[in-house]
Amino acid sequence: MGIATTARVYKDLEPDSAYAFKPEDLEDDEMILNMGPQHPSTHGVLRIELKTDGEIVKDARPHIGYLHRNFEKHAENIDYQGVIPFTDRMDYVASMANSLTYALTVEKLMAIEVGERVKSIRVLVSELQRIASHLLAIGTYGMDIGAFTPFLHCFREREKILDLFEWLCGARLLYNFNWVGGVSHDLPEGWTDKVLQFLSEFEPVIDELDDLLSLNKIFTDRTATVGIIPPDLAVAYALSGPNLRGSGIKWDVRREDPYCGYEKYDFEIPVGQGRYGPIGSCWDRYYVRVEEMRQSVRILHQALDKLPAEGDVHEKVPKRVKPNPGEAYARTETPRGELAYFIVSDGGLIPYRVKGRSPCFVSMSIFHEIARGEMIADIIAIIGSLDIVLGEIDR
Amino acid sequence: MSLKAGEIQARLEAKFPGTIVLAQLEAIDPFLVVDQGALLEMGLSLRDDPELAFDTLHCLSAVDYLKEDRIEIVYHLSSLKHRHWIVLKVHLPRVDPKIPTVEKIWPTANWHEREAYDLFGVVFSGHSDPRRIFLPDDWAGHPMRKDWVWPEEWHGIAVKPGKQFAERASEGETLGVGPFD
Repeated sequence: MGIATTARVYKDLEPDSAYAFKPEDLEDDEMILNMGPQHPSTHGVLRIELKTDGEIVKDARPHIGYLHRNFEKHAENIDYQGVIPFTDRMDYVASMANSLTYALTVEKLMAIEVGERVKSIRVLVSELQRIASHLLAIGTYGMDIGAFTPFLHCFREREKILDLFEWLCGARLLYNFNWVGGVSHDLPEGWTDKVLQFLSEFEPVIDELDDLLSLNKIFTDRTATVGIIPPDLAVAYALSGPNLRGSGIKWDVRREDPYCGYEKYDFEIPVGQGRYGPIGSCWDRYYVRVEEMRQSVRILHQALDKLPAEGDVHEKVPKRVKPNPGEAYARTETPRGELAYFIVSDGGLIPYRVKGRSPCFVSMSIFHEIARGEMIADIIAIIGSLDIVLGEIDR
Repeated sequence: MSLKAGEIQARLEAKFPGTIVLAQLEAIDPFLVVDQGALLEMGLSLRDDPELAFDTLHCLSAVDYLKEDRIEIVYHLSSLKHRHWIVLKVHLPRVDPKIPTVEKIWPTANWHEREAYDLFGVVFSGHSDPRRIFLPDDWAGHPMRKDWVWPEEWHGIAVKPGKQFAERASEGETLGVGPFD
Protein backbone atom coordinates (compact mmCIF):
# COMPACT_ATOMS: atom_id res chain seq x y z
CA MET A 1 0.00 0.00 0.00
CA GLY A 2 1.69 3.20 -1.14
CA ILE A 3 1.27 6.78 -0.12
CA ALA A 4 -1.67 7.55 -2.39
CA THR A 5 -4.09 5.13 -0.75
CA THR A 6 -3.11 6.04 2.80
CA ALA A 7 -3.33 9.73 2.15
CA ARG A 8 -6.76 9.55 0.53
CA VAL A 9 -8.33 7.42 3.22
CA TYR A 10 -6.95 9.61 5.96
CA LYS A 11 -7.98 12.86 4.30
CA ASP A 12 -11.55 11.64 3.86
CA LEU A 13 -11.87 10.67 7.48
CA GLU A 14 -10.52 13.57 9.52
CA PRO A 15 -9.72 17.26 9.22
CA ASP A 16 -6.00 17.81 8.75
CA SER A 17 -5.58 19.55 12.08
CA ALA A 18 -6.23 16.30 13.95
CA TYR A 19 -2.91 14.95 12.69
CA ALA A 20 0.60 16.15 13.36
CA PHE A 21 2.05 14.12 10.49
CA LYS A 22 1.03 15.27 7.05
CA PRO A 23 0.37 12.74 4.28
CA GLU A 24 2.57 14.64 1.84
CA ASP A 25 5.54 14.07 4.15
CA LEU A 26 5.10 10.29 4.16
CA GLU A 27 7.56 8.15 2.28
CA ASP A 28 6.67 4.98 0.41
CA ASP A 29 5.44 2.19 2.69
CA GLU A 30 4.89 4.55 5.58
CA MET A 31 1.52 4.70 7.22
CA ILE A 32 -0.12 6.70 9.97
CA LEU A 33 -1.66 4.58 12.68
CA ASN A 34 -3.82 5.85 15.48
CA MET A 35 -3.56 4.31 18.90
CA GLY A 36 -6.34 5.36 21.22
CA PRO A 37 -8.03 7.47 22.52
CA GLN A 38 -9.91 4.35 23.60
CA HIS A 39 -7.25 1.73 24.15
CA PRO A 40 -6.92 -0.59 27.14
CA SER A 41 -3.20 -0.03 27.60
CA THR A 42 -3.00 3.75 27.34
CA HIS A 43 -3.96 4.02 31.04
CA GLY A 44 -6.64 6.59 30.34
CA VAL A 45 -7.79 8.63 27.40
CA LEU A 46 -4.61 9.11 25.42
CA ARG A 47 -4.26 9.15 21.67
CA ILE A 48 -0.93 8.44 20.03
CA GLU A 49 -0.29 9.04 16.38
CA LEU A 50 2.29 6.60 15.08
CA LYS A 51 4.15 6.87 11.81
CA THR A 52 4.89 3.27 10.96
CA ASP A 53 6.83 1.37 8.38
CA GLY A 54 5.52 -2.16 8.71
CA GLU A 55 6.05 -3.11 12.35
CA ILE A 56 8.60 -0.37 13.03
CA VAL A 57 7.56 2.92 14.57
CA LYS A 58 9.32 5.73 12.71
CA ASP A 59 7.93 8.55 14.82
CA ALA A 60 5.20 9.16 17.36
CA ARG A 61 3.15 12.12 18.55
CA PRO A 62 1.01 11.88 21.67
CA HIS A 63 -2.21 13.88 21.58
CA ILE A 64 -3.34 14.81 25.06
CA GLY A 65 -6.07 16.97 26.50
CA TYR A 66 -9.03 14.58 26.46
CA LEU A 67 -9.35 14.91 30.25
CA HIS A 68 -8.48 18.60 30.37
CA ARG A 69 -10.56 20.37 33.02
CA ASN A 70 -8.25 23.34 33.52
CA PHE A 71 -8.13 23.14 37.30
CA GLU A 72 -5.82 26.17 37.15
CA LYS A 73 -8.69 28.35 35.94
CA HIS A 74 -10.98 26.88 38.58
CA ALA A 75 -8.35 27.66 41.19
CA GLU A 76 -8.47 31.35 40.27
CA ASN A 77 -12.13 31.42 41.19
CA ILE A 78 -12.16 29.63 44.52
CA ASP A 79 -10.55 30.09 47.92
CA TYR A 80 -7.24 28.45 48.82
CA GLN A 81 -8.73 25.54 50.77
CA GLY A 82 -11.28 24.92 48.05
CA VAL A 83 -8.55 24.09 45.53
CA ILE A 84 -7.49 20.98 47.47
CA PRO A 85 -10.27 18.71 46.12
CA PHE A 86 -9.28 19.81 42.59
CA THR A 87 -5.68 18.80 43.20
CA ASP A 88 -6.93 15.41 44.45
CA ARG A 89 -8.43 14.85 41.05
CA MET A 90 -5.18 15.46 39.17
CA ASP A 91 -3.42 12.20 39.92
CA TYR A 92 -6.44 10.28 41.09
CA VAL A 93 -4.52 7.15 42.08
CA ALA A 94 -2.17 9.11 44.37
CA SER A 95 -4.41 11.85 45.76
CA MET A 96 -2.63 12.11 49.09
CA ALA A 97 0.58 13.21 47.40
CA ASN A 98 -1.19 15.84 45.31
CA SER A 99 -3.01 17.56 48.13
CA LEU A 100 0.12 17.36 50.29
CA THR A 101 2.13 19.28 47.69
CA TYR A 102 -0.53 21.95 47.39
CA ALA A 103 -0.81 22.30 51.16
CA LEU A 104 2.97 22.58 51.47
CA THR A 105 3.09 25.32 48.83
CA VAL A 106 0.45 27.42 50.58
CA GLU A 107 2.23 26.80 53.89
CA LYS A 108 5.48 27.99 52.32
CA LEU A 109 3.66 31.11 51.13
CA MET A 110 2.20 31.78 54.58
CA ALA A 111 5.32 30.62 56.49
CA ILE A 112 3.37 28.04 58.52
CA GLU A 113 5.42 25.35 60.23
CA VAL A 114 3.23 22.38 61.14
CA GLY A 115 3.72 20.27 64.26
CA GLU A 116 5.72 17.05 64.49
CA ARG A 117 2.63 14.85 64.69
CA VAL A 118 1.19 16.32 61.51
CA LYS A 119 4.53 15.80 59.76
CA SER A 120 4.65 12.14 60.82
CA ILE A 121 1.06 11.57 59.75
CA ARG A 122 1.81 13.12 56.37
CA VAL A 123 4.83 10.85 55.91
CA LEU A 124 2.70 7.86 56.90
CA VAL A 125 -0.05 8.58 54.41
CA SER A 126 2.24 9.58 51.57
CA GLU A 127 4.35 6.43 51.89
CA LEU A 128 1.23 4.26 52.09
CA GLN A 129 -0.01 6.11 49.04
CA ARG A 130 3.28 5.44 47.28
CA ILE A 131 2.93 1.72 47.91
CA ALA A 132 -0.69 1.76 46.71
CA SER A 133 0.20 3.68 43.59
CA HIS A 134 3.22 1.51 42.75
CA LEU A 135 1.11 -1.62 43.25
CA LEU A 136 -1.31 -0.29 40.68
CA ALA A 137 1.54 0.63 38.31
CA ILE A 138 3.20 -2.78 38.68
CA GLY A 139 -0.03 -4.75 38.44
CA THR A 140 -1.30 -2.99 35.35
CA TYR A 141 2.13 -3.11 33.76
CA GLY A 142 2.16 -6.88 34.14
CA MET A 143 -1.29 -6.97 32.62
CA ASP A 144 -0.21 -4.82 29.66
CA ILE A 145 2.53 -7.33 28.96
CA GLY A 146 0.16 -10.25 29.36
CA ALA A 147 0.60 -11.45 32.96
CA PHE A 148 -2.77 -11.37 34.66
CA THR A 149 -2.07 -13.08 38.00
CA PRO A 150 0.29 -10.48 39.54
CA PHE A 151 -2.39 -7.87 38.94
CA LEU A 152 -4.72 -9.68 41.34
CA HIS A 153 -2.00 -9.98 44.00
CA CYS A 154 -1.22 -6.27 43.69
CA PHE A 155 -4.83 -5.22 43.91
CA ARG A 156 -5.43 -7.42 46.94
CA GLU A 157 -2.69 -5.54 48.80
CA ARG A 158 -3.74 -2.13 47.45
CA GLU A 159 -7.24 -2.82 48.75
CA LYS A 160 -5.87 -3.06 52.29
CA ILE A 161 -4.31 0.39 51.99
CA LEU A 162 -7.52 1.85 50.62
CA ASP A 163 -9.34 0.32 53.62
CA LEU A 164 -6.85 2.03 55.94
CA PHE A 165 -7.45 5.36 54.19
CA GLU A 166 -11.20 4.87 54.35
CA TRP A 167 -10.94 4.28 58.07
CA LEU A 168 -8.76 7.38 58.38
CA CYS A 169 -10.80 9.93 56.45
CA GLY A 170 -13.87 8.26 54.99
CA ALA A 171 -12.78 8.23 51.36
CA ARG A 172 -11.12 5.50 49.34
CA LEU A 173 -9.74 7.41 46.37
CA LEU A 174 -10.09 11.20 46.64
CA TYR A 175 -9.34 12.10 50.23
CA ASN A 176 -9.20 15.91 50.75
CA PHE A 177 -7.03 14.87 53.69
CA ASN A 178 -4.09 17.30 53.67
CA TRP A 179 -5.26 20.74 54.66
CA VAL A 180 -3.32 23.97 54.72
CA GLY A 181 -1.70 23.83 58.16
CA GLY A 182 -2.73 20.32 59.13
CA VAL A 183 -4.66 17.23 58.19
CA SER A 184 -8.41 16.71 58.25
CA HIS A 185 -8.54 13.87 60.80
CA ASP A 186 -6.27 12.61 63.52
CA LEU A 187 -5.35 8.93 63.40
CA PRO A 188 -8.17 6.76 64.74
CA GLU A 189 -7.48 4.52 67.72
CA GLY A 190 -5.86 1.26 66.65
CA TRP A 191 -4.98 2.55 63.16
CA THR A 192 -1.22 2.35 63.66
CA ASP A 193 -1.52 -1.29 64.78
CA LYS A 194 -3.36 -2.09 61.60
CA VAL A 195 -0.63 -0.37 59.58
CA LEU A 196 1.97 -2.54 61.34
CA GLN A 197 -0.12 -5.62 60.61
CA PHE A 198 -0.40 -4.58 56.96
CA LEU A 199 3.37 -4.08 56.71
CA SER A 200 4.08 -7.54 58.13
CA GLU A 201 1.68 -9.06 55.61
CA PHE A 202 2.94 -6.95 52.74
CA GLU A 203 6.70 -7.51 52.97
CA PRO A 204 6.59 -11.16 51.84
CA VAL A 205 4.34 -10.15 48.95
CA ILE A 206 7.16 -8.10 47.37
CA ASP A 207 9.38 -11.20 47.28
CA GLU A 208 6.46 -13.17 45.90
CA LEU A 209 6.13 -10.53 43.17
CA ASP A 210 9.78 -11.03 42.28
CA ASP A 211 9.15 -14.71 41.67
CA LEU A 212 5.89 -14.16 39.87
CA LEU A 213 6.79 -11.29 37.60
CA SER A 214 9.83 -9.09 38.21
CA LEU A 215 12.54 -11.72 37.71
CA ASN A 216 10.50 -13.94 35.42
CA LYS A 217 12.50 -14.68 32.28
CA ILE A 218 9.63 -14.04 29.89
CA PHE A 219 9.02 -10.66 31.51
CA THR A 220 12.66 -9.55 31.64
CA ASP A 221 13.25 -10.62 28.04
CA ARG A 222 10.23 -8.64 26.99
CA THR A 223 11.03 -5.41 28.82
CA ALA A 224 14.78 -5.15 29.50
CA THR A 225 15.82 -4.19 25.97
CA VAL A 226 13.11 -1.72 24.95
CA GLY A 227 12.33 1.90 25.77
CA ILE A 228 15.87 2.89 26.68
CA ILE A 229 16.21 6.40 28.15
CA PRO A 230 19.91 7.39 28.35
CA PRO A 231 20.74 9.45 31.46
CA ASP A 232 21.55 12.66 29.56
CA LEU A 233 18.24 12.52 27.70
CA ALA A 234 16.39 11.95 30.96
CA VAL A 235 17.97 15.08 32.43
CA ALA A 236 17.40 17.15 29.29
CA TYR A 237 13.71 16.32 29.48
CA ALA A 238 13.66 16.98 33.24
CA LEU A 239 12.26 13.56 34.08
CA SER A 240 11.83 12.79 37.75
CA GLY A 241 10.85 9.98 40.04
CA PRO A 242 11.29 6.35 38.99
CA ASN A 243 11.61 7.37 35.32
CA LEU A 244 14.74 9.38 36.10
CA ARG A 245 16.15 6.92 38.63
CA GLY A 246 15.58 4.06 36.17
CA SER A 247 18.25 5.73 34.04
CA GLY A 248 20.72 5.40 36.90
CA ILE A 249 20.56 8.92 38.35
CA LYS A 250 20.31 9.04 42.13
CA TRP A 251 17.98 11.98 42.59
CA ASP A 252 15.00 12.14 44.88
CA VAL A 253 13.18 15.25 46.11
CA ARG A 254 12.90 13.65 49.56
CA ARG A 255 16.71 13.89 49.75
CA GLU A 256 17.37 17.02 47.67
CA ASP A 257 14.72 19.26 49.12
CA PRO A 258 13.39 17.50 52.23
CA TYR A 259 9.90 18.25 53.44
CA CYS A 260 7.84 16.81 56.33
CA GLY A 261 11.08 15.86 58.10
CA TYR A 262 12.28 13.35 55.48
CA GLU A 263 15.86 14.30 56.29
CA LYS A 264 15.49 12.35 59.55
CA TYR A 265 14.52 9.09 57.87
CA ASP A 266 16.97 6.43 56.87
CA PHE A 267 16.27 5.01 53.42
CA GLU A 268 18.01 4.10 50.19
CA ILE A 269 17.33 5.59 46.77
CA PRO A 270 17.08 2.66 44.36
CA VAL A 271 18.35 3.30 40.83
CA GLY A 272 18.33 1.32 37.60
CA GLN A 273 21.29 -1.08 37.42
CA GLY A 274 20.87 -2.45 33.90
CA ARG A 275 20.71 -6.00 35.25
CA TYR A 276 19.15 -7.62 32.18
CA GLY A 277 19.99 -5.11 29.46
CA PRO A 278 21.06 -1.51 28.94
CA ILE A 279 20.52 0.99 31.77
CA GLY A 280 17.31 2.97 31.51
CA SER A 281 15.16 0.23 30.02
CA CYS A 282 11.50 -0.41 30.81
CA TRP A 283 12.52 -3.14 33.24
CA ASP A 284 14.85 -0.79 35.13
CA ARG A 285 12.08 1.73 35.63
CA TYR A 286 9.73 -1.05 36.66
CA TYR A 287 12.16 -2.51 39.16
CA VAL A 288 12.92 0.88 40.72
CA ARG A 289 9.24 0.92 41.70
CA VAL A 290 9.48 -2.54 43.27
CA GLU A 291 12.55 -1.50 45.25
CA GLU A 292 10.86 1.74 46.29
CA MET A 293 8.07 -0.23 47.90
CA ARG A 294 10.70 -1.97 50.08
CA GLN A 295 12.09 1.44 51.05
CA SER A 296 8.61 2.77 51.76
CA VAL A 297 8.08 -0.12 54.18
CA ARG A 298 11.29 0.93 55.95
CA ILE A 299 10.18 4.56 56.13
CA LEU A 300 6.76 3.54 57.43
CA HIS A 301 8.33 1.53 60.28
CA GLN A 302 10.43 4.56 61.24
CA ALA A 303 7.48 6.94 60.95
CA LEU A 304 5.43 4.74 63.29
CA ASP A 305 8.30 4.75 65.79
CA LYS A 306 8.70 8.52 65.56
CA LEU A 307 5.00 9.37 65.72
CA PRO A 308 4.51 11.71 68.71
CA ALA A 309 1.73 10.54 71.01
CA GLU A 310 0.30 14.00 71.54
CA GLY A 311 -0.47 16.86 69.21
CA ASP A 312 -3.45 18.65 67.75
CA VAL A 313 -3.63 18.11 63.99
CA HIS A 314 -5.71 21.29 63.59
CA GLU A 315 -3.44 23.47 65.70
CA LYS A 316 -1.88 25.40 62.80
CA VAL A 317 -4.91 25.42 60.49
CA PRO A 318 -5.46 29.12 59.78
CA LYS A 319 -8.92 30.51 60.36
CA ARG A 320 -8.60 32.46 57.15
CA VAL A 321 -6.17 31.43 54.43
CA LYS A 322 -5.01 34.81 53.18
CA PRO A 323 -1.30 34.86 52.28
CA ASN A 324 0.63 38.06 51.78
CA PRO A 325 1.41 39.04 48.19
CA GLY A 326 4.19 36.86 46.86
CA GLU A 327 4.85 33.64 45.07
CA ALA A 328 6.13 30.22 46.05
CA TYR A 329 7.16 27.03 44.34
CA ALA A 330 7.18 23.86 46.42
CA ARG A 331 7.73 20.30 45.33
CA THR A 332 7.44 16.80 46.68
CA GLU A 333 8.33 13.33 45.53
CA THR A 334 5.05 11.73 44.52
CA PRO A 335 4.93 8.13 43.28
CA ARG A 336 5.35 9.51 39.75
CA GLY A 337 8.10 12.02 40.37
CA GLU A 338 8.50 15.66 41.18
CA LEU A 339 5.11 17.28 41.58
CA ALA A 340 5.21 21.00 42.25
CA TYR A 341 2.84 23.90 42.49
CA PHE A 342 3.68 27.47 41.64
CA ILE A 343 1.27 29.77 43.44
CA VAL A 344 1.08 33.53 43.00
CA SER A 345 -0.82 35.42 45.67
CA ASP A 346 -2.03 39.00 45.35
CA GLY A 347 -2.94 39.15 49.02
CA GLY A 348 -6.56 38.19 48.50
CA LEU A 349 -8.68 35.21 49.56
CA ILE A 350 -8.38 33.65 46.13
CA PRO A 351 -5.11 32.51 44.52
CA TYR A 352 -4.03 34.80 41.69
CA ARG A 353 -2.43 31.93 39.80
CA VAL A 354 -1.89 28.25 40.52
CA LYS A 355 0.30 26.26 38.19
CA GLY A 356 0.74 22.54 38.60
CA ARG A 357 3.98 21.04 37.39
CA SER A 358 2.87 17.49 36.88
CA PRO A 359 5.48 14.74 36.55
CA CYS A 360 3.44 12.69 34.07
CA PHE A 361 3.12 15.65 31.70
CA VAL A 362 6.89 15.88 31.62
CA SER A 363 7.37 12.10 31.35
CA MET A 364 5.02 11.96 28.39
CA SER A 365 6.87 14.71 26.54
CA ILE A 366 9.87 12.41 26.10
CA PHE A 367 7.73 9.71 24.52
CA HIS A 368 8.50 10.44 20.85
CA GLU A 369 12.23 10.20 21.59
CA ILE A 370 12.06 6.71 23.04
CA ALA A 371 9.35 5.34 20.74
CA ARG A 372 11.39 6.00 17.60
CA GLY A 373 12.69 2.76 16.11
CA GLU A 374 10.73 0.44 18.40
CA MET A 375 8.17 -2.16 17.33
CA ILE A 376 4.47 -1.34 17.59
CA ALA A 377 3.96 -4.00 20.27
CA ASP A 378 6.73 -2.44 22.38
CA ILE A 379 4.93 0.91 22.43
CA ILE A 380 2.56 -0.64 24.94
CA ALA A 381 5.43 -1.77 27.14
CA ILE A 382 6.93 1.73 26.98
CA ILE A 383 3.75 3.60 27.91
CA GLY A 384 3.21 1.27 30.85
CA SER A 385 6.77 1.70 32.07
CA LEU A 386 6.40 5.50 32.19
CA ASP A 387 3.50 4.99 34.65
CA ILE A 388 1.34 7.84 33.44
CA VAL A 389 -1.99 8.98 34.81
CA LEU A 390 -3.92 10.99 32.28
CA GLY A 391 -5.76 13.02 34.89
CA GLU A 392 -2.44 14.54 35.83
CA ILE A 393 -1.17 15.06 32.29
CA ASP A 394 -4.30 16.86 31.19
CA ARG A 395 -5.09 18.59 34.49
CA MET B 1 29.73 23.86 44.74
CA SER B 2 26.31 25.24 45.15
CA LEU B 3 25.91 28.98 44.63
CA LYS B 4 23.55 31.43 46.31
CA ALA B 5 21.13 33.45 44.20
CA GLY B 6 23.22 36.59 44.72
CA GLU B 7 26.36 34.89 43.41
CA ILE B 8 24.49 33.61 40.36
CA GLN B 9 23.22 37.13 39.73
CA ALA B 10 26.75 38.54 40.02
CA ARG B 11 28.08 36.00 37.51
CA LEU B 12 25.34 36.76 35.02
CA GLU B 13 25.71 40.49 35.53
CA ALA B 14 29.42 40.23 34.74
CA LYS B 15 28.78 38.25 31.58
CA PHE B 16 25.69 40.06 30.31
CA PRO B 17 25.88 43.58 31.74
CA GLY B 18 22.63 45.49 31.92
CA THR B 19 20.34 42.61 31.02
CA ILE B 20 19.07 41.87 34.53
CA VAL B 21 16.22 44.32 34.91
CA LEU B 22 15.32 43.46 38.47
CA ALA B 23 16.62 41.07 41.12
CA GLN B 24 14.50 40.03 44.08
CA LEU B 25 16.82 38.10 46.33
CA GLU B 26 14.66 38.51 49.45
CA ALA B 27 11.60 36.80 47.92
CA ILE B 28 10.52 33.32 49.09
CA ASP B 29 12.11 31.94 45.93
CA PRO B 30 14.74 34.48 44.77
CA PHE B 31 14.16 35.52 41.19
CA LEU B 32 15.79 37.59 38.44
CA VAL B 33 13.84 39.50 35.82
CA VAL B 34 15.83 39.46 32.59
CA ASP B 35 15.58 41.24 29.29
CA GLN B 36 14.07 38.93 26.69
CA GLY B 37 16.72 39.84 24.10
CA ALA B 38 19.37 38.20 26.28
CA LEU B 39 17.30 35.16 27.23
CA LEU B 40 18.77 32.64 24.78
CA GLU B 41 22.41 33.51 25.39
CA MET B 42 21.85 33.65 29.10
CA GLY B 43 20.10 30.27 29.02
CA LEU B 44 22.99 28.70 27.11
CA SER B 45 25.47 30.19 29.53
CA LEU B 46 23.44 28.99 32.52
CA ARG B 47 23.42 25.46 31.12
CA ASP B 48 26.97 25.23 29.81
CA ASP B 49 29.00 27.18 32.38
CA PRO B 50 30.50 24.37 34.50
CA GLU B 51 30.18 26.47 37.66
CA LEU B 52 26.48 27.07 37.06
CA ALA B 53 25.41 23.90 35.16
CA PHE B 54 21.66 24.55 35.22
CA ASP B 55 20.75 21.35 33.40
CA THR B 56 17.12 21.04 34.48
CA LEU B 57 14.21 23.27 33.60
CA HIS B 58 11.66 22.16 36.18
CA CYS B 59 8.77 24.30 35.21
CA LEU B 60 7.86 27.00 32.74
CA SER B 61 4.79 28.97 33.73
CA ALA B 62 3.01 31.99 32.38
CA VAL B 63 1.24 34.47 34.64
CA ASP B 64 -1.14 37.12 33.35
CA TYR B 65 -1.00 40.43 35.25
CA LEU B 66 -4.00 42.32 33.95
CA LYS B 67 -3.57 45.48 36.06
CA GLU B 68 0.16 45.79 35.40
CA ASP B 69 -0.56 45.09 31.72
CA ARG B 70 2.03 42.36 31.27
CA ILE B 71 2.50 38.63 31.01
CA GLU B 72 5.34 36.98 32.86
CA ILE B 73 7.07 33.82 31.75
CA VAL B 74 8.66 32.13 34.75
CA TYR B 75 11.50 29.60 34.44
CA HIS B 76 12.30 27.42 37.45
CA LEU B 77 15.82 26.13 36.95
CA SER B 78 18.07 23.91 39.00
CA SER B 79 21.31 22.04 38.70
CA LEU B 80 21.54 18.32 39.42
CA LYS B 81 25.29 18.63 39.82
CA HIS B 82 25.58 21.64 42.12
CA ARG B 83 22.15 21.41 43.80
CA HIS B 84 21.43 25.12 43.35
CA TRP B 85 18.35 26.85 42.19
CA ILE B 86 17.25 30.05 40.45
CA VAL B 87 14.05 31.52 39.05
CA LEU B 88 14.19 33.59 35.87
CA LYS B 89 11.39 35.83 34.71
CA VAL B 90 10.73 37.63 31.47
CA HIS B 91 8.16 40.40 31.15
CA LEU B 92 6.09 40.53 27.98
CA PRO B 93 3.37 42.88 26.79
CA ARG B 94 -0.18 41.55 27.01
CA VAL B 95 -0.85 42.42 23.39
CA ASP B 96 1.02 40.16 21.00
CA PRO B 97 3.40 38.54 23.51
CA LYS B 98 6.33 36.96 21.73
CA ILE B 99 9.43 35.31 23.13
CA PRO B 100 12.14 33.04 21.69
CA THR B 101 11.77 29.36 22.51
CA VAL B 102 14.25 27.72 24.89
CA GLU B 103 13.56 24.16 23.69
CA LYS B 104 16.99 24.03 22.03
CA ILE B 105 18.53 24.57 25.45
CA TRP B 106 16.16 22.49 27.57
CA PRO B 107 14.12 20.11 25.36
CA THR B 108 11.56 19.71 28.14
CA ALA B 109 10.39 23.27 27.38
CA ASN B 110 8.65 22.00 24.24
CA TRP B 111 5.42 20.92 25.93
CA HIS B 112 5.50 23.63 28.59
CA GLU B 113 5.67 26.25 25.84
CA ARG B 114 2.86 24.64 23.93
CA GLU B 115 0.83 24.84 27.13
CA ALA B 116 1.66 28.52 27.61
CA TYR B 117 0.64 29.19 24.02
CA ASP B 118 -2.57 27.21 24.39
CA LEU B 119 -3.76 28.80 27.62
CA PHE B 120 -2.18 32.28 27.45
CA GLY B 121 -1.57 32.97 23.77
CA VAL B 122 2.15 33.55 24.19
CA VAL B 123 3.92 32.91 20.89
CA PHE B 124 7.28 31.15 21.15
CA SER B 125 9.20 32.05 18.03
CA GLY B 126 11.23 29.21 16.56
CA HIS B 127 9.19 26.52 18.29
CA SER B 128 9.31 23.19 16.45
CA ASP B 129 5.70 22.17 17.07
CA PRO B 130 3.59 25.27 17.73
CA ARG B 131 0.20 23.62 18.15
CA ARG B 132 -2.32 23.77 20.95
CA ILE B 133 -1.77 21.02 23.48
CA PHE B 134 -4.87 20.69 25.67
CA LEU B 135 -7.69 22.48 23.89
CA PRO B 136 -9.22 21.55 20.54
CA ASP B 137 -7.53 23.08 17.51
CA ASP B 138 -10.60 25.15 16.64
CA TRP B 139 -11.00 26.61 20.13
CA ALA B 140 -11.12 30.40 20.06
CA GLY B 141 -9.05 32.40 22.51
CA HIS B 142 -6.78 31.57 25.42
CA PRO B 143 -8.78 30.82 28.57
CA MET B 144 -6.15 31.50 31.23
CA ARG B 145 -6.08 35.19 30.27
CA LYS B 146 -7.66 37.15 33.10
CA ASP B 147 -9.97 39.03 30.74
CA TRP B 148 -11.11 35.94 28.90
CA VAL B 149 -14.84 35.82 28.19
CA TRP B 150 -16.56 32.45 28.33
CA PRO B 151 -18.19 31.49 25.04
CA GLU B 152 -21.81 30.33 25.27
CA GLU B 153 -21.15 27.06 23.50
CA TRP B 154 -18.67 25.05 21.52
CA HIS B 155 -20.10 22.90 18.71
CA GLY B 156 -23.48 22.93 20.43
CA ILE B 157 -22.05 21.97 23.84
CA ALA B 158 -22.83 24.49 26.58
CA VAL B 159 -19.54 25.51 28.19
CA LYS B 160 -20.40 28.66 30.18
CA PRO B 161 -20.29 27.97 33.92
CA GLY B 162 -22.59 29.44 36.54
CA LYS B 163 -21.55 32.26 38.82
CA GLN B 164 -18.05 31.78 40.12
CA PHE B 165 -16.89 32.19 43.69
CA ALA B 166 -15.13 35.49 43.02
CA GLU B 167 -18.18 36.94 41.34
CA ARG B 168 -20.49 35.87 44.16
CA ALA B 169 -18.12 37.31 46.78
CA SER B 170 -17.91 40.64 44.96
CA GLU B 171 -21.71 40.83 44.93
CA GLY B 172 -21.66 40.78 48.72
CA GLU B 173 -22.60 37.16 49.39
CA THR B 174 -21.08 35.80 52.62
CA LEU B 175 -19.07 32.73 51.82
CA GLY B 176 -17.22 30.42 54.16
CA VAL B 177 -13.53 30.61 53.41
CA GLY B 178 -11.96 28.51 56.16
CA PRO B 179 -12.55 24.95 57.29
CA PHE B 180 -14.16 26.10 60.56
CA ASP B 181 -16.39 28.88 59.23
